[in-house]
Amino acid sequence: MSESFQFRIDGVEVTARPGQTIMEAADAAGIYIPRLCDVEGLRHQGGCRVCTVKSGGRSVSACTQPAEPGLEVENDSAARNRVRRDLVEMLFHEGNHLCPICEKSGNCELQAMAYRLDMTEATRFPWLEPCRDLDASHPDIALDTNRCISCGRCIRASQDMDGKGVFGYVGRGIHRRVAVNGADLAHTDAALADHAMHVCPVGCIIRKGEGFQVPIGERHFDHGLIGHEIEDRARKDGRK
Amino acid sequence: MAETRLIEISPVTRVEGHGKVTIHLDENNQVDEARLHIVEFRGFERFIRGRLLWEVPVIVQRLCGICPVSHHLAAAKAMDQIVGVDVLPPTAEKMRRLMHYGQVMQSHVLHFFHLSAPDLLFGFGAPAEKRNIFEVIRENPELGLRAVLMRKFGQEIIEATAGKKIHGTGAIPGGINRNLDIATRDRLLGQVDQMLDWSQAALSIARTYVETHAETVAGFGTFPSSHMALVREGDGALDLYHGRLRALNSAGAPIFDMLDYCDYHKVLVEDVRSWSYMKFPFIAALGPDDGWYRVGPLARMNTASFIDTPLANAAHGALRAFSGGMNHSTLANHWARMIEVVHCVEKIRELLHDPDLQGTDLVAKGERRFEGIGVIEAPRGNLIHHYKVDEHDQVTYCNLIVSTTHNNEGMNRAVKDVAVKHLSGQPRITEGMLNHVEVAIRAYDPCLSCATHALGQMPLQIEVYDADARLIDRAGQCL
Repeated sequence: MSESFQFRIDGVEVTARPGQTIMEAADAAGIYIPRLCDVEGLRHQGGCRVCTVKSGGRSVSACTQPAEPGLEVENDSAARNRVRRDLVEMLFHEGNHLCPICEKSGNCELQAMAYRLDMTEATRFPWLEPCRDLDASHPDIALDTNRCISCGRCIRASQDMDGKGVFGYVGRGIHRRVAVNGADLAHTDAALADHAMHVCPVGCIIRKGEGFQVPIGERHFDHGLIGHEIEDRARKDGRK
Repeated sequence: MAETRLIEISPVTRVEGHGKVTIHLDENNQVDEARLHIVEFRGFERFIRGRLLWEVPVIVQRLCGICPVSHHLAAAKAMDQIVGVDVLPPTAEKMRRLMHYGQVMQSHVLHFFHLSAPDLLFGFGAPAEKRNIFEVIRENPELGLRAVLMRKFGQEIIEATAGKKIHGTGAIPGGINRNLDIATRDRLLGQVDQMLDWSQAALSIARTYVETHAETVAGFGTFPSSHMALVREGDGALDLYHGRLRALNSAGAPIFDMLDYCDYHKVLVEDVRSWSYMKFPFIAALGPDDGWYRVGPLARMNTASFIDTPLANAAHGALRAFSGGMNHSTLANHWARMIEVVHCVEKIRELLHDPDLQGTDLVAKGERRFEGIGVIEAPRGNLIHHYKVDEHDQVTYCNLIVSTTHNNEGMNRAVKDVAVKHLSGQPRITEGMLNHVEVAIRAYDPCLSCATHALGQMPLQIEVYDADARLIDRAGQCL
């Protein structure tokens, strides 16, 4: 086994193993780097850019950039978080995210990220207000694409974990969207047990009938800011 | 002879509480026509289409920031039917009832103290700067404090049952998503006796006002009408959460009774008029001219055979004795409203002692249906939600008849009655006259009263037209 090495995140010394990304090493050290498209168990994509950190004078996505000995990484700074907030705010502007009526509210990573980054309003960019569909054709699953942020988690999960390819990207540029491989979801081999149906960070992939069963106060992010599990781990270990 | 004309109104969208009164005068400065225009357009019935059935109780409650629980529960009751549940687990029904009693209590308290008390305490013609809750607090700090704390208690009940004081998520199709923990129950129980004392004191204020101003009350928006409300199945008791429809004519004779509310569309017809975004429902058997009716606290006092809590029942008896039968006075709504506050607090106390609230059987399941109707007695009156849902769980049809809609014709009659008595022969509008019209509307506690953002003022505009339809005067507090 190769020897571990050290680098620094915001001045804190972090130990990493060869092959680890900056984010993986940070997670292990109890340092949270915000992210939306990345989730444990799926291959890294580097798509949302919310995890962008400054390293060696360059802006890089922490979920894909390998850690290196002696790196100086800027993560939790006002400048980095301002860029992240801009990215998150643009996601709100380019979709139809109506938190007050969304069943994912309180469990939504986009909403939680907005709270973490102190995004108290979304007013600086034009609202695109796209006209998107709600596909409820499947008996167990619904897709409300108004809320899709094109993170691609469902695509990777379906391809890599389920071996199916239910989801894929269509279109280019600002028109790129996640779509199903069929006329609608009912005409795919999607199943409720698929990993892909459990990785959506927002309220796009809906497991029918769950709705608002979890009361306010018991939802995931009612217990703390997004990333608190990683940071709590460090606190318990007395590292921070 | 010149004719009066209808007035074109531009709609104010997504605004809660904007109304407009227009008054047409003839050549002799006599009121020819007076109308309350509701110029808001909300559109919920249209844009709820396509949404998923379990979202509906959460979405439609956004109709209102004052009584969202009413819409939340009416929609949930409709969705119960759609998921095939006719009988909820006891914990679910009692939690919903607790939520509803908290809601009705806080809404009534808000209306009585914050909106109407300035009129009742200082007089309809008091200076405008006097007619607000801050002056009530200044002149009677104890009363003002009670108003705030009583509303707070009602909202805490809502928070305990729905998760939030406004726009929670408690009721879900087939049940509820939480029970009541012991610590919260005990905290609420610690306040409930005080709330009952204060609610009785509030009732006394309202009752005394009506009794000591009998002449004013009798001559102010008093006119015969039918009244409709839910009553409890079997014994006809007041039931704010569930029951059957009862409609009585102005003499107190039944038009229909113990009607399954799922058949509402067989007895009610919704008329439309070109000058208002609000529909005009009427009782089909009586026709559009005579079939209008009133709902709300006074209608409930008129239709209920009795009240199943002792203090409220005694108060109900006193109101009935004072009225000598059906009461048709617009201002008697205040008395009725405070009787309901007492009833709600009695019910809250009863429920808080019920161990079923700590039960864990929260949701029932049944065989899927495609149509559901939920009816509830909201603070302002009867509330009907009607939905159809397709095989993909998406809403395909929605019809809402809200309390203020039921009362549309009644409010218009009250406006005209007051306008005729206080305006005819008076080409100039005085501040006092303006407020008299407001008082009449306010007594119905309409949802347009913008109660959450106006302090002693309604964004109400009065326009007076002469017989040639020329605007000769305009008055309003928010112009």
